[in-house]
Amino acid sequence: MTSHVRATPTIADAHVPESDLLVIDELATHFHTDEGVVKAVDGVSLTVPHGKTVCVVGESGCGKSVTARSVLGLVDPPGRIESGHIWWRPSPPTEPLDLAALDPRAAAMRRVRGGQIGMVFQEPMASLSPMYTIGNQLTQAMRLHLPLSAAEARERAIAQLARVGIPQPEKRFDAYPFQLSGGMCQRAMIAIALACDPGLLIADEPTTALDVTTQARILDLLRELKDQTGMAMIFVTHDLGVVAEIADEVAVMYLGRVVERGSVFDIFDRPQHPYTVALLESMPTAGLSAGGRLNAISGMVPHPGNRPAGCAFHPRCPSMIPGLCDTISPPELTLGDRRSAACHLLDAEVAAPPPPSRVPAAVVAPAVTRAVPAPAAPAPAPSGEPLLSVQGLRMYFPVKKGILGRTVGHVRAVDDVDLEIRQGETVGLVGESGCGKTTLGRCIARALDPTGGRILYRDAEGGPAVDLAQLTSAQLRPYRGQVRVIFQDPFGSLNPRKTLLQLIGEPLTRIRRADTSDSSIQDQVADMLRRVGLRPEYMRRYPHAFSGGERQRVSIARALITRPRLVVADEAVSALDVSVRAQILNLLRDLQDEYRLTYLFISHDLSVVESLCDRVAVMYLGKIVEQAGTRSLFTEPGHPYTAALLSAVPQPDPHRRSQGARIRLADDLPDPADPPPGCPFHTRCPHRDSSICAVDVPQPRRLGAGHLAACHYAGDLVLK
Amino acid sequence: MLSFLGRRLLYMVPTLFLISVVSFAIIQLPPGDYLTALTSEMEAQGETVDNVQLEALRARYGLGEPFHVQYWKWISGIVSDLDFGQSFEWGRPVSTLLADRLPLTVALAGATLLFTWLVALPIGIYSAVKQYSIGDYLATTLGLLGLATPNFLLALLLMWIAFSTFGLSVGRPNAVTLAIAVVVLGTAGTAGLIRILRANLLDELRKPYVVAARAQGLPERRLLVKYPLRVAMNPFFSTIGWLLPGLVGGEVIVATVINLDTVGPLLLGALQSQDMYLAGSIILILSALTVIGTLISDIALAWLDPRVRLRYR
Amino acid sequence: MLQPDSPPERPGVAADPAPDGAHLAVEPEAVSVASQWKLMWWRFRRHRLAMAGLIVTALFYFVAVFADFLAPYGSGTFESEHTYAPPQTLRIVDTSGDGWDWGLYVHGYRAERDPETLELRYAVDEATRIPVRLFAEGETYRLFGLFETDIHLFGTADPDAPPVHLLGADRLGRDQLSRIIHGTRISMSVGLIGVSVAFVLGILLGGVSGYVGGKTDTVIQRVVEFFMSLPTLPLWLGLAAAVPRDWGPLTRYFAITVVLSFVAWTGLAREVRGRFLSLREEDFVTAAKLDGVGRPGVIFRHMLPSFTSHLIATLTLSIPAMILAETALSFLGLGLQAPVVSWGVLLQEAQQIRVISTAPWLLLPGLAVVTAVLALNFLGDGLRDAADPYRR
Repeated sequence: MTSHVRATPTIADAHVPESDLLVIDELATHFHTDEGVVKAVDGVSLTVPHGKTVCVVGESGCGKSVTARSVLGLVDPPGRIESGHIWWRPSPPTEPLDLAALDPRAAAMRRVRGGQIGMVFQEPMASLSPMYTIGNQLTQAMRLHLPLSAAEARERAIAQLARVGIPQPEKRFDAYPFQLSGGMCQRAMIAIALACDPGLLIADEPTTALDVTTQARILDLLRELKDQTGMAMIFVTHDLGVVAEIADEVAVMYLGRVVERGSVFDIFDRPQHPYTVALLESMPTAGLSAGGRLNAISGMVPHPGNRPAGCAFHPRCPSMIPGLCDTISPPELTLGDRRSAACHLLDAEVAAPPPPSRVPAAVVAPAVTRAVPAPAAPAPAPSGEPLLSVQGLRMYFPVKKGILGRTVGHVRAVDDVDLEIRQGETVGLVGESGCGKTTLGRCIARALDPTGGRILYRDAEGGPAVDLAQLTSAQLRPYRGQVRVIFQDPFGSLNPRKTLLQLIGEPLTRIRRADTSDSSIQDQVADMLRRVGLRPEYMRRYPHAFSGGERQRVSIARALITRPRLVVADEAVSALDVSVRAQILNLLRDLQDEYRLTYLFISHDLSVVESLCDRVAVMYLGKIVEQAGTRSLFTEPGHPYTAALLSAVPQPDPHRRSQGARIRLADDLPDPADPPPGCPFHTRCPHRDSSICAVDVPQPRRLGAGHLAACHYAGDLVLK
Repeated sequence: MLSFLGRRLLYMVPTLFLISVVSFAIIQLPPGDYLTALTSEMEAQGETVDNVQLEALRARYGLGEPFHVQYWKWISGIVSDLDFGQSFEWGRPVSTLLADRLPLTVALAGATLLFTWLVALPIGIYSAVKQYSIGDYLATTLGLLGLATPNFLLALLLMWIAFSTFGLSVGRPNAVTLAIAVVVLGTAGTAGLIRILRANLLDELRKPYVVAARAQGLPERRLLVKYPLRVAMNPFFSTIGWLLPGLVGGEVIVATVINLDTVGPLLLGALQSQDMYLAGSIILILSALTVIGTLISDIALAWLDPRVRLRYR
Repeated sequence: MLQPDSPPERPGVAADPAPDGAHLAVEPEAVSVASQWKLMWWRFRRHRLAMAGLIVTALFYFVAVFADFLAPYGSGTFESEHTYAPPQTLRIVDTSGDGWDWGLYVHGYRAERDPETLELRYAVDEATRIPVRLFAEGETYRLFGLFETDIHLFGTADPDAPPVHLLGADRLGRDQLSRIIHGTRISMSVGLIGVSVAFVLGILLGGVSGYVGGKTDTVIQRVVEFFMSLPTLPLWLGLAAAVPRDWGPLTRYFAITVVLSFVAWTGLAREVRGRFLSLREEDFVTAAKLDGVGRPGVIFRHMLPSFTSHLIATLTLSIPAMILAETALSFLGLGLQAPVVSWGVLLQEAQQIRVISTAPWLLLPGLAVVTAVLALNFLGDGLRDAADPYRR
């Protein structure tokens, strides 16, 4: 850290180290829109060594994808590569080729695409044409670059499908993309990208749209293929857990520039740039439920059209040096071999004069102590009587067919669920997409009318419990204010045609008709806005004036304005960026104490659930297969499904990468309209015993205090 | 696919039935029946009316009986003997009148379809691929003009130009008037197709699978033809269903300007003189053709688009 | 402190881009508090063709409303001596005499006999001069059916002078300009009224279908599909022909508009249903329900406002089809009939090529049709593009 050598900003022509496969040098890709030039990528430098995986990480709007697409000239108009070089040298003796200088339509570029560099995209389903079979698209990709006959191509394609782990490849060869699951489509996409054994694979958020179990299997596959073929990879992601799983080297991007580069261990163990430090600290960790807080980054990523002067990160940086960071853009400083960062704090000449106190401890501290435990905040003692008790709840959706819309079957979205939620606790509800967790949440809030079962709710006055499932909409009205919902999509859940005052004030006028004079409502809304961290003056504004994180604050304000007792948070932070997510999680945590709230926290993200919840229920195919206290569930899972889910979660620690064997589940969830007999999980379970599991439905077994698992062998299996 | 076809065919039956009821209702709408009109006409011309013959006709069509009886006699005649009734204006069976005129009508329809597709396809593709180019603006403007101009006005203009510059005779059909008829009949359809094709293609070109195909190194032209164009072509097949009826409808109007021996003018004449058996029969046939045409285009779509084909298993 | 090779300094926060859309995080206050309609207007305003369409459409409806005042003569007024009289040019300065003589005037007509066909024809006579003035006295009429007046926008200075035909005259010597202006009233209103009828049918059935769902939805959808499978034009022709001949002009007018709307409502019903179905799944609708808003509140305060803008665009776009259909029907003699004047009725005069070659100005109502249809299309396209200012 003492001798800094400034990174050479340009590599002399053709002086590309032989160990490097791809060298991106001061790449700038701009979008020329009606509103002005948007500098999505603004001077990115990056090297990809042979056979290594380079992860490009950053929040949305940082230019990661545009960088990846620029390599193959795939940026759509009005975007174009403005300046810089992309040196490509597949085999060392040849001269490097500057991809940035090639016409995207030229034959030379087409030879590189698919032939030498393959690419995988975020939306596997949409990235395959629905009009052709998988086999057709795969053989086409092969025959574009290789001299193969149709029969040879078919044979090779089937082998390739088998290689990416698609079962029954001969059959899948003739399948259309919409007949396969998302995970299968992504495998097919990988098969296509690697059809001609490229030297480099660019994977642009390839697992973001997938479930955590599928994500784990795709990551395994990519790693295996990399080891087999010796190819290099550029892996674009926003998820630091995924980075820790797969990266050899990491480039952290912020607003169109690389702010820090280094090996995966450097980045996780010794982050140098304040943004990297902050990103790592925003990762949710266990202990939030005990009153801890995440170190969130303030503010949010600005639009690239409004790039701040100087260092783009300075408005959010805790160690900003006034007069320097806000005026002068920091140069990229070489900190070692393949290690650099762009921050004034690291510049010996800058950092020397200021007192050391200027550099916050976080910058040099290892990123281990991420969650700061609260001094003394005892978990609220769960009272004996549950606030809400769900008993045998069922929600079936009819499947209709034919001209007359006959009902031919039912999707059992929620199938005989028992769940208790006690006053003051936070219960997490997890599971893969399609398991029915959102439906369960909506039944509890009575956004849906359940098919059967009871939802017993204990009123604040301590009277007898009310069955919410039986109430008419008029009878429900008083309870609408006590059970509230925060939705996932911050854009879809706020009516864009209403002001914040109307949005937040509406439940007041509709539910609590006590004092609904305009001024009283305004006061209450203003107060609520302040509580969720928004300025009261904003109440005349419309939702379009706010970012995703701010809208989520509005949603929270709307949920809490009626002073509810139970809040169903349905994937409330899933659509948010890491830094904003941490802010919202902290806010939810604070408000829980302030208003004595009980949360039902629905999420597919196990790390968020682990950090926030007291108890967790795991759902699979409409049933709760396991519920337990967070700690015991995460350490001693009783159900094989829970164990599989847990082992699929990427750990944000590259040192723990190869620890233990992972449980990998088959990609495909059974059809919820036709669930398998016996244990619903037996089709994917690694421990299944066909004599019992396929025949008898397992009843919940008690494994410990408040720990239930619906498995025939719960307690007998060694799962972790 | 087979069950899709079966369901689709089954679905046609009630539609066809309803169409026949509507057509018959149109026949029945004008006050009085066809025989009273006939008698008064004959009497006006000083002819004597043969009461025996009159009664025979009355019995045959069930005149004076309730609607459903009359309908039943009419429709069973059509189904069993292709007897669409008599045209009182022409004094001949409707079926022979139609048989005389159908060949030219169908030929004209085929020529118009060909014209529409051949013009719309290249222009639509060009417009979408070179969005915001001068050619695109030109095509878009011309397309809008084509949609905004009533076809009889276009026919008048073209005939006027042909008449005043080449001194063409207007009276009987010849190569030039037939060509004008094809252009006039095809213009609105072409303009509409260009608009739809352009919009669809632009939509498809923005889809992720296009970028993905490009990333495989597929040349632009092959990519365009193989992927987005195939999806964007769907409206072309929908035109089949609407072709014949749309054309006859258009012809009705155009034929008042250009003299053509097709079904269109026949329908117009029948409507103007309230020769309702002829008019109703033509409307019935056209509607039935539409239903059959939509069936053909649906089958074509299902055959071309695996999503349609496989979802309706 | 800084090395000379450090990257060039970049300008700070650029001036705020145009206030459009919701994609910018930092926005001026005005955008933040702008309602849906304001945002739509801002977006619409940038669409030049649509603005032109709006202005032209507004002009047409202005003409329709003030037709009696704007037209120099009534729709039936004729001058038998002016058969197929050609258009006269309105002149401001007379230079035939000594120096410049200011004042509006037109040249008169003189009759000629065609040496070959011996037909009587009229030509503009440069020698005569008929003074014209603004706000001239003419035939009496009731403006809006209320105020009786005889002032027209312009006319001959001497009320007894032979009539002026700026756009020529027809077979009976009726003033083409006056008739086009009177025709505007009928042609433009047919579209409006027809669309209103279709709108009521479409929104009612589509709304019921979309909101109630279930069996009702299935039945209504089958009906809509049936109507859609009928060929439009023959159906129009058949229904129009079935309208009894002896109905009065007003009844006939309404009958024809009903016939026209009969076909148009299906598309609207589908659109309304589709919007309802997709909105029902929107989170903000569920949120409103959970906020304690009752069913009518959800429909009228949350769902309807979300697609009224789309409906307006669709309605605007379906008016041109009605105008074209009315024109075609009337041209064929199946639609409106004289003495009612619409553009289609006027074009009936121009069915013969020979007539057109003698009096090409008889095609001018066609120009009015094309202009109106184009303007409405541009307006509708602009409205449709601006209809959803929150598109992401």
